[in-house]
Amino acid sequence: MSESYDRGLVADFGRWTEFSAGMWAWVFHKFTGWVLVGYLFTHISVLSTSLQGAQVYNSTLSGLESLAIVRLLEVGLLAVAVFHILNGIRLLFVDLGVGLEAQDKSFYASLVLTGVIVVASVPTFLTGAF
Amino acid sequence: MAKRYSSFRSGSTTWLLQRLTAGFLVVVLAFHFFNLHFVNHAYNIDFAGSQVRMQSLGYYVTMVLFLVTATFHGVNGVYNALVNQGIEGNAKRAAQLVLGVAGVLLIVQGIRVANALAGF
Repeated sequence: MSESYDRGLVADFGRWTEFSAGMWAWVFHKFTGWVLVGYLFTHISVLSTSLQGAQVYNSTLSGLESLAIVRLLEVGLLAVAVFHILNGIRLLFVDLGVGLEAQDKSFYASLVLTGVIVVASVPTFLTGAF
Repeated sequence: MAKRYSSFRSGSTTWLLQRLTAGFLVVVLAFHFFNLHFVNHAYNIDFAGSQVRMQSLGYYVTMVLFLVTATFHGVNGVYNALVNQGIEGNAKRAAQLVLGVAGVLLIVQGIRVANALAGF
């Protein structure tokens, strides 16, 4: 059986040094969630150039992909998405009461696996960027 | 006893829908990233390729469901994060209205994009 958290501990950022693994997981999940929902609106905006025809769509996408900063931001987006997915799976298990005792270890595992996947994906994402 | 950290009131309808959409999104977001960054590289994406994918009914339906569930999951997540920070009264109603309208507009625009790419 779990118990509700004391939001004061989380909300008071000045006490971040006292955060436990579960609190960091909550903060990271919230941060990555905000980034992903912001990106969703941006993504649909960019893809909306398809409404103006193939030429505008192609020139917009190729123009963005030619920018090194966009390629780097895509690596950042991958990191954010992978962590949100892995920690989301962890949260689904925690909500089902599975692995609650190891929830700190599964958070660390999510972080490490995110790092490994992102580093391994860098060559694919940055091909021709520089 | 382990503490449970969440912005949601456990057991509520939005809590359940957030989990159900999460289960779907975990699979489809991973597929989307893999398909458009590793199978097809983002720097090679063009209208013709997008059109071929979108003209497959299964892909089109999956992408529309992806749009709807991701929008709900994101907007609902933001709303619950704001409620969790303590907004109430007019601020809470304004958040419901703004996020609700933004979500509907995003879905409508996303479907317009899907239709344009599919050639509908």
